[in-house]
Amino acid sequence: MTQTKWLAAAAAVALIGFSGSYAQAQTLNQVQDRDALRCGVNVGLAGFSIADDQGNWTGLDVDYCRALAAAVLGDADKVEYVPLSAQARFTALQSGEVDVLSRNTTWTTTRDAGLGIHFVGVTFYDGQGFMVPADLGVESAHDLSGAEVCVQTGTTTELNLADFFRANDMDLQPVVFEGFEESLNAFFGGRCQVYTTDMSGLAAIRSVDAENPEDYVILPETISKEPLGPSVRRGDDQWFAIAKWVNYALIETEELGITSENVDELRENSDNPGVQRVLGVTGDLADLLGLENDWAYDIVSQVGNYGEIFERNVGVDTPLGLERGVNALWTDGGLMYSMPIR
Amino acid sequence: MSFVANDYKPEQPPPRKESGALGWARANLFNSWFNTALTLLALYFLIETVPPLIRWLFIDAVWGLVGPDVCREADGACWSFIRLKYRQILFGTYPFDQQWRPLIAMILIVSVALLSCIRRFWQPWMVGVWIATLFIYITLLGGGVFGLRPVRTELWGGLPLTLMLAFVGIAVAFPISVLLALGRRSDMPIIKAICVGYIELIRGVPLITLLFMASFMLPLFMPSGVSIDAVLRAQVAIIVFVSSYLAEVIRGGLQALPKGQYEAAHTLGLSYWQMQRKIILPQALTISIPPIVNTYLGLFKDTSLVAIISLTDLLLATRQSFADPEWRRFFVEAYIFVALIYWVFCYYMSKYSQYLERVLNTGHKR
Repeated sequence: MTQTKWLAAAAAVALIGFSGSYAQAQTLNQVQDRDALRCGVNVGLAGFSIADDQGNWTGLDVDYCRALAAAVLGDADKVEYVPLSAQARFTALQSGEVDVLSRNTTWTTTRDAGLGIHFVGVTFYDGQGFMVPADLGVESAHDLSGAEVCVQTGTTTELNLADFFRANDMDLQPVVFEGFEESLNAFFGGRCQVYTTDMSGLAAIRSVDAENPEDYVILPETISKEPLGPSVRRGDDQWFAIAKWVNYALIETEELGITSENVDELRENSDNPGVQRVLGVTGDLADLLGLENDWAYDIVSQVGNYGEIFERNVGVDTPLGLERGVNALWTDGGLMYSMPIR
Repeated sequence: MSFVANDYKPEQPPPRKESGALGWARANLFNSWFNTALTLLALYFLIETVPPLIRWLFIDAVWGLVGPDVCREADGACWSFIRLKYRQILFGTYPFDQQWRPLIAMILIVSVALLSCIRRFWQPWMVGVWIATLFIYITLLGGGVFGLRPVRTELWGGLPLTLMLAFVGIAVAFPISVLLALGRRSDMPIIKAICVGYIELIRGVPLITLLFMASFMLPLFMPSGVSIDAVLRAQVAIIVFVSSYLAEVIRGGLQALPKGQYEAAHTLGLSYWQMQRKIILPQALTISIPPIVNTYLGLFKDTSLVAIISLTDLLLATRQSFADPEWRRFFVEAYIFVALIYWVFCYYMSKYSQYLERVLNTGHKR
């Protein structure tokens, strides 16, 4: 009986605590008062968020933070990066340590509905794939029955792998590793015949870590959906809307052909009503979001549009060497689709 | 006619087989078939491992300042990676152009630590020196005064952060733990209950949990807008954790003292604190030196757990340095480099504790 009382008291305290953080509906004001956006990023993942030896952050996830800072504060450099481990990321967002979480996080039901956060959109469509040595002669993931597969433990990758093999009634022999480097060494050392992780990771591993990239092939099947996107705390609809429309602005500007090169010229001269609306020449969209009129102009002029961000961080000229693929605009047969900015 | 020898026989050298290197080897390495087998096996492993290791570490290694392509061609270690990235490993995310500040701060704190190892400096004013040092250390890192650019504590990283967490942890946890140990052995029931409760509660929880609670749960319960600095929270969590362990170590020392020491002190009419300060603690702490240093070594390495709450300590800074895909295959070199740093500090602490035991051992050799 006493125990129940204690439990109730503890729950009440916890609830007060949580409601306290939910009551912070004014993330925008906090960010503007602080004059800096606190952005949760990965500790180090090539192409997505990585700090160079001088402490400068780059990457696709980092550029989303920069775009958000440009929209809210007018300066893409006013970001405080908080590198977060996979375990700490959601608590850090819930507790207000960071204003936005942009850390290659897969959008799933559990996370969206159960963690007190909102995903604002998708910045990168990833999916899990397989890489095998070319001399294995395998051309499809469906031929992998009985093969030893190197995989990192504790990730959705491991679960997807088991799902795929069970669904296709194939025999799975996983070789599980704790660390990324160990699993790579095992694969290249011949401990297993197959390596599996996200497609973006496979491409980088093939081009950078393999002695000779031609010796390895990435199988065409993508066995899981990994839509990666930023997320914000629940309970602040205004901030949610801003974060969402910054993501759309990146895509919409690419669709309209606005780049960091031509944005000044287009703002002066363009007759296209869509361009004028996005760049704040006409209309009062920014007021509705609580931002300055040149929010999207600041984004594109300082960070670039989605296409530029993609090519700069993960595109064909980078170590990751990724094609646009499903991440192309919907007009080019991809999945990147912005809700109309009007 | 006499059968008694009048002079000594001249001394003969011991048989060749029994003396010198050969004799030593026979006596120690080949004295039975089992030991002979072990010796040969060990020799085989040494021959198999040591020369390739030396070749990898030194002879075939790349020492010049070159790109990853050159390193990939080489058979040996790529020390070029360390030469390129050592500042990122040592200072983490600290602003690049300001890294002279943590460098000076580290030199300062290490010199003060070395000075306080000398017995001549064991004076009360050393406490003042330490407080001043820590103040300067934090000012240098944090800036904001004397024209130093302010640097957020989240950006503090690498070795300066590790050193700060360890040194402050050691310095602050020690007095707390002495009080806790005394409190646990106290006759006063409330004080005893508080101390026992604290020690058992904290000791029953992993450090990682404490750090996690301090970093992510605590802000959930705070009114909005109020926040405690992240490094401070981690520091407090470490102090809280270590002091509970240390308290038990010191309690062990207290219990090792014969009851006669207490009774003698009482007979002399000493007050409780006089007795503790002059009779009990000096002996109890001397006995506990090995386990205390054990705890400190553990603490020094446990500071790497702050990586879980997004503080860029030495180890996380190292991991970040090879997150770059061009360089990530050289992670072994990076780990060797930080292992060396950790080892230097830990080995020194361990050596110093042995010295302390010798110096403080006043006739209680057991």
